[in-house]
Parts: sequence; C-alpha cells; structure tokens
Amino acid sequence: MQARRATPIVRYAFSAIGRKVIMAVTGLALTLFLLLHMLGNLQLFVGSESINRYAHFLHSNLELLWPARIFLLLCLCLHIWSAVSLALENKRARPVGYEGNPVPPGTTLAARTMMYTGLAIAAFVIYHLLHFTVRAPAVNFAGQDFHALKEALPWGEERADVYRMVALGFHQPVAVLIYLAGVGLLCFHLSHGLSAMFQSLGVRDRNWRGRLDRYAVWFSWLLFLGYAAVPAAVISGWVK
Amino acid sequence: MIRRKKRGGRDAGTPLGLFRLMKVRLKVWRQEGPNKPGRFETYETPELNPNMSFLEMLDAVNEELIRQGKEPIAFAHDCREGICGTCGITINGQPHGPGKGSATCQIYMRKFRDGETITLEPFRAKAFPVIKDLIVDRSALDRIILRGGFISVRAGSAPDANTIPIPKRTADLAMEAAQCIGCGACAAACPNASAMLFVGAKASHLGLLPQGQPERFSRAAAMAEQMEEEGFGACRAYGACEEACPKEIKLEVISRLNRDFTLALLKGEL
Repeated sequence: MQARRATPIVRYAFSAIGRKVIMAVTGLALTLFLLLHMLGNLQLFVGSESINRYAHFLHSNLELLWPARIFLLLCLCLHIWSAVSLALENKRARPVGYEGNPVPPGTTLAARTMMYTGLAIAAFVIYHLLHFTVRAPAVNFAGQDFHALKEALPWGEERADVYRMVALGFHQPVAVLIYLAGVGLLCFHLSHGLSAMFQSLGVRDRNWRGRLDRYAVWFSWLLFLGYAAVPAAVISGWVK
Repeated sequence: MIRRKKRGGRDAGTPLGLFRLMKVRLKVWRQEGPNKPGRFETYETPELNPNMSFLEMLDAVNEELIRQGKEPIAFAHDCREGICGTCGITINGQPHGPGKGSATCQIYMRKFRDGETITLEPFRAKAFPVIKDLIVDRSALDRIILRGGFISVRAGSAPDANTIPIPKRTADLAMEAAQCIGCGACAAACPNASAMLFVGAKASHLGLLPQGQPERFSRAAAMAEQMEEEGFGACRAYGACEEACPKEIKLEVISRLNRDFTLALLKGEL
C-alpha cells in the first residue's frame, strides 16, 4: 500500500485505529455542542426575554458564530468521513455472512445500527437547520415565514423573536414528530457512541467499562429529555 | 440443580451415568476448494452418546460418510482440549458454538436438543479464505505475529524471568492476555471481521511485561497496520469477540492497543 511511505501523521489519520480516534474526538466535540445547545434551548422556560437575548447575542457576534459553525461542520464532516470509510472497509472484511444472519451475542442494537442512526441524524440535522436556522417556510408545515417574527426593542432596534418561532414551529404535529424522532435517534446513537469513544481513545479498561456504558445511557436520556422538553412545553401550552 | 428441560443426555428421570442416545441433523457448509462455490448439505447423524464431544460427533458422521463412499467433512482439529487453537467451527452462527469460554472441541452434544438441526459453517472473514469445507486459512494471524508478536532480544530462560520482580496485577493482566490461543474466533464473531481482540491480546501480553517494554509502541503499531493490510475490519466495540473468545480475553486489550497505537505516533515509533 502507498500509505506505508506516507508520513506517520498521515498514516495514523488514515489507519483504522486513527480514524476511530478521529471519530471519537469529533464525536466528543459534537456531544459537547449538543449539551450547550440543550442548555441554550432550556432558556425557553425562563421566558422570551432570556432566549431572545441569547439568540441575538449569538447571531450578532459573527466573529464567534462563524468560526464555531465552521468548526462544528468540520467535526461533522470528519465524523461522517471516518464512519463511512470504515463502514465500507468493514463490509469488505466480511463478504460472506452467517446463515440466517444471527444476531451476534454480546452486541447491542444501538451498536449494530450506528451507521443507520448516523445517516438518519445527518438527514435530521439538515432538516433542523432548514427549519430553525435557514427558516425555510417550505419545511415548517405552518406556511409562515419565520424571518418575519421580530421583536421590537425599547430603543428602536428589533431582533428575531425566537420564542415565538419555537412556539409556532412546534404547534405543527408533523414538525414535533420529526423532531422527536431525530432527537430520539441521536440519543440512541449516543448511548453506544459515548461509551465506545473511550474505547477508541484507549482509556476504557475493565473497571470503567460498565460505568461508562451506564453513564452513556444516562447522559443520552438526559439529552433526550432536555430536548424533548421544548416541544412538550409548547404542546402543553406552557410556551405560547 | 438438574435442569428439567428435555435435552439429549440425562434428564431429571435418568440416574447419573446413564443417558438417552440422541440424534441431530447437521446442515454443513461443503466447499471443495478455495475458489470453488460452497453450499449447505444436510446429514443425519448416527445415534450419539450425548457425552460425546462435538468433534467426536463429527468423527462419527465422517466414518458413516466414508463407509458410504462419500467425501468426509473436512474440519480442523488438533489437541481437542482447548489449548491449541486449531479447531474452529461456527455452530449455529456462533464461532466455537454455545457455551462461554470454550473452543469447538470443548462443546459436548448434551448442549443440544435431541433432533435439533445444527448449522455448521467455517469462520467467516475475508482474511480467512476457506481451504475446504469448515477449514479456513488463518495464516493472516501468523503474518500479524511476524510483524511484532515477539521480543527481539533473548529474554533469558525461566530462572532469569524470576529475577525481575513484576507486580502481581501486571503479571495477572499479562497472563490473561497471554491465554490467547490465536484461534481467530474473535474475527469470525465480529460483524466487521476485526481481529482487534487477537492483536490486542498479543500487544497486551508482551507490552505489559518489562521484557516487552522497549518495543511496546512500535509493536502495537506494526501489528495493527498488518491487521489492516490483511483485510480485517475495524473495531466498533460491539463486544461479540469477547463473547466468542474461548479464553475469555477482555475487550480492554483493544482499548490498550488503541492507546499504544496513538502513543506510537506521539513517540515517533509509528
């Protein structure tokens, strides 16, 4: 293979273990973003002033916003590249399967479906960005232009009314269903990934394995409940 | 407690030592040679003593086939006591069959029900080409060993080893990893046909001990690279290998290999 002549860092980055490490590190970064994003969302429960000010703060600091977006996009691309390239190699490594496709003992459903949940999450992320970031009227099922939702400030300026956008957005049952399915799959994906990443990074020994497996499930549930709380608040009428 | 489930062999009503003869149906992968197409064929076994080992059952079936002038089922075996790593059949989709911590030769017919249909397949992985029927070529594992599964200098004889004090925990971990018999069941069980448990066991076994320290990182790197070149897949932390391993090697050896591989890069030994 020509990879043998490449520099060590390139060989590492393209090796199977190296790509697993890239997947783990980018996955960790994306998970931290998920946590921050969830905490940001939960300001909805504090009131419209809090979340609108936060959204305005993020969007008015372009020097922070775009580097953060580019960093996240880079992480996402590396995560998907390592996953897809490894998955193709893994498929080639087992050209003939076993009779009747038995479920391999010792594996979990989350582990076996990482590729499928991952692709579904990628589709959901695109939808979600169109829904609330690009605010394309075509995908919000309300037929409303979310760009038009503005809040006037006392000193004459106006800012995006995120609070009303969320309330209107989650008044559509289809949007809520897609959102819950997307977040649900994401958290299912994390229930394996959050523990497996420590295996790839080489810090999951026998003492930590059981604990990490448990923590991964707890953390995934925490994220799911945190994210699901937003449409739940809209449906229950808490957020109007 | 005696299991009351009706299995071949003794049940609740049969005194110890006595047993009921059993018969099973075998659905066996037959393949004449490396590049020939394979197919399943079904055979009825003769009456079996449930305390026969799985391989003894195959011997009995083969005797019958030879008597009928047919080609016997080819399968690999040697010590028949679970320490050589030669045998390896995927029984009902599980490499080395039912039962934790046992090689194919340590499986007994009493594990199966009377009249059961048992599927026998070779270990499946691109890196393990089928030689004939249930025998696969596992020399890919030997080539991985050739890249680093050794200590380059003379480590001395047994008395010399005893002059180097090694913490009990380290010795235990190294000995646990050293139990790997290189049967290849890990790669056969892995949905990605990854041999990481094997490579991890070898890297742990040598890398944990003082004699193996000087080459620890370059060894991990070289063996992991060779594994990839042989066409084995990557680890997704499924845990299927650990379940199939006749020596119950722990998944943490893979974690240790991953760590040493990354450290090899940082130490300039990749």
